[in-house]
Amino acid sequence: MSEMFAMTDVTVCYDNVEAVRNVSLSIEEGQIVTVIGPNGAGKTTLLMAAIGLLASRGRMVFQGNDVGKMSVEDRVERRLCLVPEKRELFSDMSVADNLLLGSYSLRDRSGVQKTLGEVYDRFPRLKERQRQAAGTLSGGERQMLALGRALMAKPKLLMLDEPSLGLAPLIVREIFRTIASLRDLGVSILLVEQNARAALETADYGYVLETGEIVQSGPARDLIHDPKLITAYLGGH
Amino acid sequence: MTSDIAAILGIDGIATGAVYALVAIGTVLIFTVTRVIFIPFGDIAAFTALTLAALDAKRFPGTGALVVILACLATLIEIISLLRSGELRLLPRALLFYLVLPLAVVGVAWLTMRADPPLAVRLVLALMLITPIAPLLDRIVFRPIADGTVLLLLTVSVALHFALVGLGLLFFGPEGVRTEPLTSFSTEFAGALVSGQTMLIVIAALVFSGLLYLFFDFTLVGKSLRATAVNRTGSRLMGIRPARAGTIAYLLGSLMAGVSGILIAPVNTVFYDSGFLIGLKAFVGAIVGGMTSYPGAAIGAVGVGILESFASFESSALKDVIVFSLLIPILIWRSLASLHSEEEIEE
Repeated sequence: MSEMFAMTDVTVCYDNVEAVRNVSLSIEEGQIVTVIGPNGAGKTTLLMAAIGLLASRGRMVFQGNDVGKMSVEDRVERRLCLVPEKRELFSDMSVADNLLLGSYSLRDRSGVQKTLGEVYDRFPRLKERQRQAAGTLSGGERQMLALGRALMAKPKLLMLDEPSLGLAPLIVREIFRTIASLRDLGVSILLVEQNARAALETADYGYVLETGEIVQSGPARDLIHDPKLITAYLGGH
Repeated sequence: MTSDIAAILGIDGIATGAVYALVAIGTVLIFTVTRVIFIPFGDIAAFTALTLAALDAKRFPGTGALVVILACLATLIEIISLLRSGELRLLPRALLFYLVLPLAVVGVAWLTMRADPPLAVRLVLALMLITPIAPLLDRIVFRPIADGTVLLLLTVSVALHFALVGLGLLFFGPEGVRTEPLTSFSTEFAGALVSGQTMLIVIAALVFSGLLYLFFDFTLVGKSLRATAVNRTGSRLMGIRPARAGTIAYLLGSLMAGVSGILIAPVNTVFYDSGFLIGLKAFVGAIVGGMTSYPGAAIGAVGVGILESFASFESSALKDVIVFSLLIPILIWRSLASLHSEEEIEE
């Protein structure tokens, strides 16, 4: 396995306040890596920096290229994609148009219809609602659309920010099943979650972020049995 | 007022309104994609009329020199910004778009001019010469402050309008122009005489709004423009560059403004500073649509045209006062009506 994405000593500042401090992490090809931690630990900030929406110091290497100073659009064209916490859908536009725009960054347009078919197969609900405006969808459907739209770009690394946020337990399970199945397609995933148990059950490797710093890391199956983490994040039992 | 007069005024108003509608649609297009309220749009329309008049008189229009100067400035700024960000590999591309293409347009126009081209070609030349201006101004003026507030962008936009009026005087001179009608055809409708020019204005407005609609609904580029308007962050995450979307919006908007300038030139005498009133009335129309709705802007603009037509019959001196006074109740209504829609924008 080769390295897909690596951050080395990444620091992100909001007006002189360091929201993320000297974070280093790496993702192997085909791996699901999760970053868990409490609210306000800097998880979203970390992803925003990884996609380029926030400026950062330190090194970021994606598939052997230094992407740290690249624009968001250049990173997306290299197939580094983010599904943000707010989903950022085009709410006035139809489900089908949202999905089509997901493929905007692809130079080669020939496979777009095929990918669209695959996304509809994965989320039949989206196919039923393809003419509907994205803004009229339910919370779960929106998350499916956000995921489907990101898949339209054929990402090499997909970064997901709180994909389970605000969703009913049944839908959360479905979303995590989808995430696990993406690994089988060869997509690497960086998953940021407050739902630490579900995240660690799905992931291969985990990092714990607290007040902007990585305090612990290890294989996900080890972290899930760590007594300290169980009391802090996994609702102890 | 008899019904005959009302019919004449109504038809006249619809024609004027159709011209405003083209500019209003362009204004909405640029505002939604770039958040800039592009006040100089009326100037673009007026400059097109002046360009066409110069071409008709077999003079090479000042627009050519204006485009050359703007292209050089834009190229300089682009080179400096590429040097700063250390992305010199993008230099050939920048030179192509900011220097070679605009200069090629001017060159083609200059060469074609000497062959004494027919009217249809002159119309195309006028549009070709006018369309690079707004995208170049965007590169020079707005791109460096693209993340500024809407108010900052508006203030700069107003300043830019005054600068353009000055440039208009410099490049076109103080004389007013009126071009020959595009058609001498006329017919009777509802007891009133309708000139071919009037019909042409209405048809052109319908055709160009229709084309824009097709562009937005059936092309990926059109959809990417809508996406930028709906959700900037979301569209950047899809790899849609706001700067490129902005350039396309300015090009399309300029085309709409240019067409309206061509249509108005045989009906009204156009001076270098005539654009301000055209732009402002189109803006009032766009406000009716809340600055975001194309049909709203078009309906609003036609409404402004009809109101202006009747107002000029009642009191010619006060017609602008009447039209702009309308802005106050509309703004109050819009601000009351938009209270709940702001919440909808939040997901």
